[in-house]
Amino acid sequence: MQETRRRGVFTGEMSLPVYRGPFGPAQAERLLWRAGFGPRRGEAKALAAKGLDAAVHSLTHPGPERLVGRPPRDDKGRRLAPADAWGHDHLWWLDRMVRTSRPLLERMTLVWHDWFATSNSQVGSQALMLRQNALFRRRALGSFRDLLFDVTRDPAMLLFLSGTQNTKDAPNENYGRELMELFTLGAGRGYTERDVREQARALTGWQNDWRRGVGPTNFRFLADRHDKGMKTIFGRRGRFDWRDSCRLCLEHGSHRSFVVGKLWSYFVPAPPDGATRAALERLYADGGYEIRPLLEAILRHPALYTGPSMVKPPVVYTAGLLRALGRGIDTTDWVWLNEMAGQRLFYPPNVAGWDDSRWLDTASYRGRWNVAGYALRPTQLDENRAKGKLPADPEKLLSRALASTGSPSLDARTTELLLGFAHRALGDAKDDWKRKAYPVLVLNALRQLIAVSPAGQVS
Amino acid sequence: MSGDCRGCADFSRASLLRRAAAEAGRGLPAIEPGMPLPAGTGLTRRSFVARSAGLALAVYGAGSLGLGRFEEGIASAASGPARTVLVSIFLEGGADGLSLLYPDGDPRYRVLRPKLALPAGAGPAFAGDARLRWHPALAPLAQLDGEGKVISLPSVGYTHPDQSHFTSRHYWEVGATDQRLLTGWLGRALDVIGTTDNPLQGLSLDGQLAPALASAKVPVAAIDGVSYSFWTSHVWGQVEERMLDTLGHLGAARRSDPGLAAAGAITTDAHRLRQQLLPFSGDKGVTSPVAYPTGDDSFPQRLAGLAALLAAGLPLRCVALSAPGGYDTHADQAGDLAKGLDLTARSLLAFQRDLEARGLADRVLVHVWTEFGRRAQENGSAGTDHGAAGVGFLLGSRAAGGLLGEFPGLTTGLDEDGNVRATADFRAVYCALLEQWLGVDAERVIPGARAFARPKLVR
Repeated sequence: MQETRRRGVFTGEMSLPVYRGPFGPAQAERLLWRAGFGPRRGEAKALAAKGLDAAVHSLTHPGPERLVGRPPRDDKGRRLAPADAWGHDHLWWLDRMVRTSRPLLERMTLVWHDWFATSNSQVGSQALMLRQNALFRRRALGSFRDLLFDVTRDPAMLLFLSGTQNTKDAPNENYGRELMELFTLGAGRGYTERDVREQARALTGWQNDWRRGVGPTNFRFLADRHDKGMKTIFGRRGRFDWRDSCRLCLEHGSHRSFVVGKLWSYFVPAPPDGATRAALERLYADGGYEIRPLLEAILRHPALYTGPSMVKPPVVYTAGLLRALGRGIDTTDWVWLNEMAGQRLFYPPNVAGWDDSRWLDTASYRGRWNVAGYALRPTQLDENRAKGKLPADPEKLLSRALASTGSPSLDARTTELLLGFAHRALGDAKDDWKRKAYPVLVLNALRQLIAVSPAGQVS
Repeated sequence: MSGDCRGCADFSRASLLRRAAAEAGRGLPAIEPGMPLPAGTGLTRRSFVARSAGLALAVYGAGSLGLGRFEEGIASAASGPARTVLVSIFLEGGADGLSLLYPDGDPRYRVLRPKLALPAGAGPAFAGDARLRWHPALAPLAQLDGEGKVISLPSVGYTHPDQSHFTSRHYWEVGATDQRLLTGWLGRALDVIGTTDNPLQGLSLDGQLAPALASAKVPVAAIDGVSYSFWTSHVWGQVEERMLDTLGHLGAARRSDPGLAAAGAITTDAHRLRQQLLPFSGDKGVTSPVAYPTGDDSFPQRLAGLAALLAAGLPLRCVALSAPGGYDTHADQAGDLAKGLDLTARSLLAFQRDLEARGLADRVLVHVWTEFGRRAQENGSAGTDHGAAGVGFLLGSRAAGGLLGEFPGLTTGLDEDGNVRATADFRAVYCALLEQWLGVDAERVIPGARAFARPKLVR
């Protein structure tokens, strides 16, 4: 333990390479997208100035949360009622993503929501979903062991995967199966159907009441609902209970590689090389299931900076646009817009979470177009008021459009195509009114195109 | 709104929330105490564009089936023999049966309806019962009735009527007086006669899942609008066209980075799809052989679109949509009711003529229904409150014509609450429709089907 601690923080693990190329605003921008929700105005530059190690340290050790900017409101300017009002759960969390001073912690909260995917479609209680969300946030950068124990007895999860219907007389395999398949080991990686049945027996004993007006409540473990008999799990025998069930998974030979591979995949699109994987697994095992050292290693790894780009998840895309624009949550439209873009928070499609490899299709692309259109809407210029006030100059309009959308870095080809568009569109203005109005329309169109361009979808 | 309206003070709000639940296909806590969850709650919704059909669909209950398989499923179902189609039209809110077919010749009519009674002889004579007349706005249906293409149900409902909008509507939607049933009667019929790869077999035209179509096994769909358009504020005209062209250029740019290349490919797909669906966008998408009513309401255009889809050979079986107008007429009933009925009836006549012109009329039967009728005695706000039995119609060239059930009269035909008693059970109608029109054994669909005598509906 002592040894790990020494090694975990920035003293450098021999076989874990660290990126040593230039760390400028472009690299800092990618880091902020991968490990958070994109930069606010000037944030990429400020982070780059710290250098890579200090930049990563600031993300993994963020200190107490400060929420920056205007508090969230619904369309009528009222405060949110996240536990009660339709869609306000979504808005409440989106607001945290937009305003937090702890972007990695918030991003990891999203990762755990996907990892231990629980949907309110079956839970049916925004309050319980928010309680689970608080658990993910509390454990976001800590020990996977603590997280797993807490998730296993979390009310929303107990409802979602039938935990409170799992009794000694009528065992229910729902949680026991997913615990191994999706949460800790991976499908077909060293367990049998018998292990599933025995895990279900070990996990018996949870109970809840249902009260009119409150719904599911009073979640607790009842010894007389628990199967106290002998079980055999992974070839080991004992009178196992739910803690043993979790512990046996954590100690299983497939667990380390599962955690390392899955966690890595949230930050880097191509799988790690063999040496990196082995070193990360060692780091995880020696560190007593701690997640923070793994994150530090992944966020400093060359693969993150030199490898291919990654598609931003829909809510990350939305939160990032709002951060770049300096806009807070002021409408419930984000709920249906994000659903259209493919990600309604608290409603993952199933227990396996969202399919992170398939964020983009023609329907969700149109969703992203609409997200961008709605995000930009309050700051688009009205041609009737702004006509004649903008230069009919493609370069100047593009730099203005970039400055007003958080100065994202664009590849050369994108820049060239946007300038070409502005040039042609301005050239269409044949009469005097159009010559005055078109620069305004072109500026608005450039802002939309920057947000929806292929470059805008990835980091 | 009248003071003694029970359980519908928040009708529109609750209705909105209920729709949101059905749209998302996801659970929502009961909005009113005891209010049943809409059928279809819990079905996942995925967006999909059927290129062969030129439709952007929201598909419900797709399960694990890849959306890609639907292309083939639709194509293969379309190549089979042309089948019968049932179109369900819902008059939402509880339409006043005593106005739709008004008892001009009943001595109590003008006593119970001092303000609302329609003038003697105002509407077309009703061939099935000399005591009744058609509401003047339903003259188009009277015309079809004259051609023998209408079955009228002057008093349809069920015993122990429930006067909650949501509960009664739920009963009609699920085809049973069962609060807990979560699949619709048409959905269950499709579970028997449908296929697992053709979501068009059950199609909602209102943009969200109609609960009556909620199935357990097979996919069904809602048209999310035929248009696949892209819009942003303060960009229009030539600049907008250039902007959308630029989207295509941005997508087509060659890129070595795989993430960027994937985002580019989707951008290109979206651009192409937008161009492909351009002919379907807006009204110009459908060319009808007859004139439909024009105006702000899209109901006639939806019917025109439906006729075009059928003419294009798309494999539809059960279709659901809501009629225009508001039928929860607690106050100032006369004007609102006439307006909604007028557009509904003229649109249905145009639809029938359209089908006749296209040679499709023998394949389509239209079922018009409402969740209940209204109180015989008018209230103090020139309106009517919730009642029991209501009026319904079956329209089509192969409808057997005549009456189903009878008008029970206002002297002995009212129950203890002063509501019209049912003389025909909606479940008997469903059983007959299933067996005589859709070719399904009603006992596989309607609980307790054996108890209902089957009226002859089809010739």
